[in-house]
Parts: sequence; C-alpha cells; structure tokens
Amino acid sequence: MIALLLRDLRLAFRAGGGFGLSLAFFLIVVVLVPFGVGPEMALLSRIAPGILWVGALLACLLSLDRIFALDFEDGSLDLLATSPLPTEGIVTVKAIAHWITTGLPLVMIAPVLGVLLGLPQQGYYWIILSLALGTPALSVIGTFGAALTVGIKRGGLLLSLLVLPLYVPTLIYGAELARRGTLGMDTTTPMLMLAGITCAVTALLPFASAAVLRINLR
Amino acid sequence: MTLRVSNLTVSRGGRTLLEGVSFDVDAGQALILRGPNGSGKTTLLRTLAGLQRSETGSIDLAEDDAVYAGHADGIKSTLSVRENLMFWARVFGTKDITRAIEIFNLGDLIDRAGGALSAGQKRRLGLARLMVTGRKFWMLDEPTVSLDQASVAQFASMIRAHLAEGGSAIMATHIDLGLGSDAQVLDLSTFRAQTPKLNASEEAFL
Amino acid sequence: MSVWQYANPVKFLHLSGKIVPTLAVISTVCLVAGLFWGFFLTPDDYKQGSTVKIIYIHVPSALVAINAWFMMLVASLIWLIRRHHVSALASKAAAHVGVVMTMIALVTGAFWGQPMWGTWWAWDPRLTSFLILFLFYLGYIALWAALDNPDTAADLTSVLCIVGTVFAVLSRYAVNFWNQGLHQGATLSLDKEENISDVFYFPLLLAIAGFVLLFIVLTLVGTRAEIRQRRAAALLARTKG
Repeated sequence: MIALLLRDLRLAFRAGGGFGLSLAFFLIVVVLVPFGVGPEMALLSRIAPGILWVGALLACLLSLDRIFALDFEDGSLDLLATSPLPTEGIVTVKAIAHWITTGLPLVMIAPVLGVLLGLPQQGYYWIILSLALGTPALSVIGTFGAALTVGIKRGGLLLSLLVLPLYVPTLIYGAELARRGTLGMDTTTPMLMLAGITCAVTALLPFASAAVLRINLR
Repeated sequence: MTLRVSNLTVSRGGRTLLEGVSFDVDAGQALILRGPNGSGKTTLLRTLAGLQRSETGSIDLAEDDAVYAGHADGIKSTLSVRENLMFWARVFGTKDITRAIEIFNLGDLIDRAGGALSAGQKRRLGLARLMVTGRKFWMLDEPTVSLDQASVAQFASMIRAHLAEGGSAIMATHIDLGLGSDAQVLDLSTFRAQTPKLNASEEAFL
Repeated sequence: MSVWQYANPVKFLHLSGKIVPTLAVISTVCLVAGLFWGFFLTPDDYKQGSTVKIIYIHVPSALVAINAWFMMLVASLIWLIRRHHVSALASKAAAHVGVVMTMIALVTGAFWGQPMWGTWWAWDPRLTSFLILFLFYLGYIALWAALDNPDTAADLTSVLCIVGTVFAVLSRYAVNFWNQGLHQGATLSLDKEENISDVFYFPLLLAIAGFVLLFIVLTLVGTRAEIRQRRAAALLARTKG
C-alpha cells in the first residue's frame, strides 16, 4: 500500500497544476475577502481565523474529484480493485495522498495568508494547529464523497453538495478552535471534538467509502 | 484445473445477458470468448474478476492465482515503463521485473513515459504487467484492439509462451490468434439469456 | 404472514391503495381542525402576540422534518440488509416530503423570530440545524436523481443516509456549541413545556397528528408512484426484450 501512496504522490507532482491549484485557490479566496468586506484591518483580523478555515475547506473541496476520477477513467481503479490490496486500504491511502498533496500545503501556507488578513500574533499557532488537526478529516470525508460520485459524469457540483453538510462539524470545531485560541479563551472542547472527529472518521469512514466504491465499480 | 464455472448468470445494468454459463479452463490452456458486441464478454470477465456479483452459479477459482486486465490498460502516462511495472510488482508482492522486461522486449523503452508509447508497446506493457504479478491465470478483455497484424502475431506468441510455462488465460477477442489446439473457443451466444429476460430487480415489480 | 409480505411491491400497492384515501381524510380533518382551532379559537400570547400561532405550523413541520429523516434511515437499513425495493423507494419518496417540511419549518421559524429579533433570520441553533438538515435532504435527493441504475442509486443513497445521519447528529452538537454565548435569551423556545399551556396544547396535538398523517399519506402516494414507474419499466422490458 505504500507503493500506492508513493505512486499517487508521484502522479500528483507530475500532473503539474493539480497540486498548486488548491494553494492558488486558497490565496484567491483570502484575497477576495477584503475586496468583499472592506480593507479595515480591525474587521479582517477578527474574522481571519474563520476566513482561513473556509478558504482551506473550499480549496480541499476543489481537489476532491481528482481522488478517484483519473484512476477510474484509465481503468486503473478496476485493476486496483482486483489486486491484493483491500479496498478499505485503497481508500485510506487515497485520503492520505489527498491530505499530503492538498491539506498539508494549505496548513503550511495558512500563516502566510494570515498576514494578509491581519491575523493576530497569537492566532498563528492556533490556525496551524486547528488546520493540522482538521484537514485530515476533510480529506477522509472528501474521499467518501468522491467514492460516492466516482461514476457520475460531471459530478463535481454534486460532490460539493454532498460533502458540504458533512464538513460542517469539522468546520465549526476547527474555526472555533482557531478563533477562541486567538482570543485566549478556553479551547479544550473544540480541540478535543476536532481531534475526535478526525480520529473517528479516519477509523470508520473508510469502510463506508470502500463499500461505496465497490458499488460504483460493479 | 484452474477455473471451473458452473451455471453462471451474467447481468449488466439491470439486464440479464447470459445464463447457464459453464466451462473449464486448465493449466496450459487458453479460452477465447467470442460473441457480438454487447453480448456480455466484458461483463463475464468482470464477474470472474470479482468486480461484479453473479445471481446464480459458482466460480471455482483460486483468487490469488488470477489477475485481470481490463479493456482500458491502466497505464499511467506520466510514469515511465519501469515505474509502472515496479508499482504493480510491489502491489502484488513480487520483486522482479527484469524477466518481464526481457520477454516483452521493453528494454529500450524502460525509461520512456507511458504516454509516449505506441499502441503495440502499450499492449506489451500490459502483458508485462500481468507477468510481473506472478500470477498464472490471466483474464484479458480485448487485448488486441488497435494492434496491427505484426503486433497481433507477437501477442499470440507471448500468450503461447505463457501457456507453455503452465499458465492459462481467458480472453475476449474477435481476432483469430492462431493459437491452435491450445485454445478453446467459447461462443457466448449459446448462453444468451432467453429474451425478454428480466433480472431479479425487475422481476420483483411484476 | 408477517408485515414483510408488504415488501412485495404488488401487495404493497394493494394495501396502500386501500388505506391512503382513509388516511387522507383523517389527516385533512386533523389539520383543518387543529389549525382552525389554533389560529382562531385560542387567545393571543401575552408576550408574543398573535405571531406565536405560527407554532401550529412550525412545530409539526419541524417534527416531521426530523422524523422523516429517521424513517429514511430505517428504510435505508432495511434496503441494505433485506433488499426490499419498497423500502428503498419509500425512503426516496419520504425525502421529497421531508425536504418540503424542512423548508416550511425554516420559513415559519423565520416568521416566528422576526418580531423578536427584528430580522428575518438569525443563526439560532435550532434554525441553523434545520438549515443543515435541509442541505442533507438536498444532497440525498440530488444523488437519487443523478444515478441511472435504480439499484445502484438505492445502494449509494442508503449509505449516504446512514453516514449523513451520523454527521447530522454531530452537527446538532456542533451548532449548539457554536452558538453558545450569543444572545441566549433570543433563542426560539420550542420547548413546549415552557410556553405552552393547556389552551394551546390540544390544537397543537391535533395539528401534529394532521402533519404526521399528511407525511404518511404523501409518502405512501410517492412510494406508489415510484413502484408504478418501476413496474412500467419492467413490463416494457419484458415485452421489448
């Protein structure tokens, strides 16, 4: 399965564009917000953690349909499904690969974008922590959505509609963690809930994703 | 005996295509599936590969001795020949790709990207992938599509070599490969479901 | 013979055909009686004036909106485990009723809140949870519509319903957490125990009964339509070959 992970990472880096597009989209969202709400730093710095979270989430959403689509189109998914790899393992590896190529870069670039939004000093730690804890959940949940819509032509929009409500708890706890941490408030609840969500979905959702993938390969 | 199929029902998209399908394939043998387009060759292979369930019948096949090659070749265009093969070798737990490269004459192409290969070269790569898996029973769906005559002859000799080593194969193809007595031909129209034939889902509503 | 005999689509059509008219009548009676009584025959609330009367629509529709989803959950599980087509189609039909009920709950909730908050919407935990539920319904219905093969559609939407339920429940807690500390007093008190005295209680019960029966009637009608559609397709396939 490591072989699958390495292959997917290699493919993502060579695809040129897929990898950088999410980062670019994140940047776009962050740049658009001040144009939308006005350049007042006081306002922006108050909403900065939330904007960064929403931007990261949307950037994740954008790259979800690539998770299975490429392999589905060129027949590799069938070959993988008939290989010794367990389907649950395949979907987990796909989620990990998505996180490494999308989630992780978002986490790393978030502080830089935070500067644009006047994120307060203490906010940097919290935005990185919350995104680091939460983006894996976004990848795993997104993989479920991608598996659900893999056979549907131009299913990108449907994928977004399906995944968005599933993302709400992660977004709430993640953004609240970042926001409260920045304000110096107590962060135990959101942190535990966020970590809990990430662990629970990583452990359990692959079974649903694998079942759904198998149904779509029938 | 590598594969025994009894009384299989093959359906696709809610429609039953074939019923009562039964046949054997032994080591050293090849089975060629014939039939018009849409008759269920691909679906039968996919059912044998485990991608689809059959409503009735049984498939007696050692799962870890079989490998499936679908209609689409699954070759990654941005990976080199070597990288493509090494990946599948690792997935199937084998280590050595050199023999496959030798037998299928991929030595010169080893570092070429999959996207830069010709149709014939891609087919050779596809077969090399099967060899690299180390499995003996090959299931091939339309392996000779877009190959010229010379390449088809080459493909046939590679299959012959595989059979000679004790391997076996089941292939859906229109083309006469000239495999002679090693190959049985199975015409799937003998198993065509009595039309109109409904599958269980539709039956339930009547 | 147990209740499972009605998993047979034809038997289901017969039974539902007989009971739908009766249920429809009872439902209409309950609705009309409950709403008329509630709107016209009860006094105004001393605090909220006459707008509180909207609870006669808001509370029942909200109850049905939530319970419709749980019915879909059960129906989805029955489909996945026992492969009864009627169950899958009932879930599909219920979703269409549920989404409308959710919309009604949202709109009436906004109407109820407007005099209190001065705006047509507030991110009150209750309303927000219903908005999220609305999105779940939309996704479920959209997935059914996007798939051609009915069995695949039933399978995928069933899994979506199950996974969605987990996340919907989780969202409820998340939204409560998210809205803490924000003007608690202004939250819509749907806690019937608090505001509702006996005078309001009985018409409310009638209205709830009416809405629940309405849900059942509409879902049955919808399921019948789905079954008929599949039957027609099967008959066509049989003759065409």
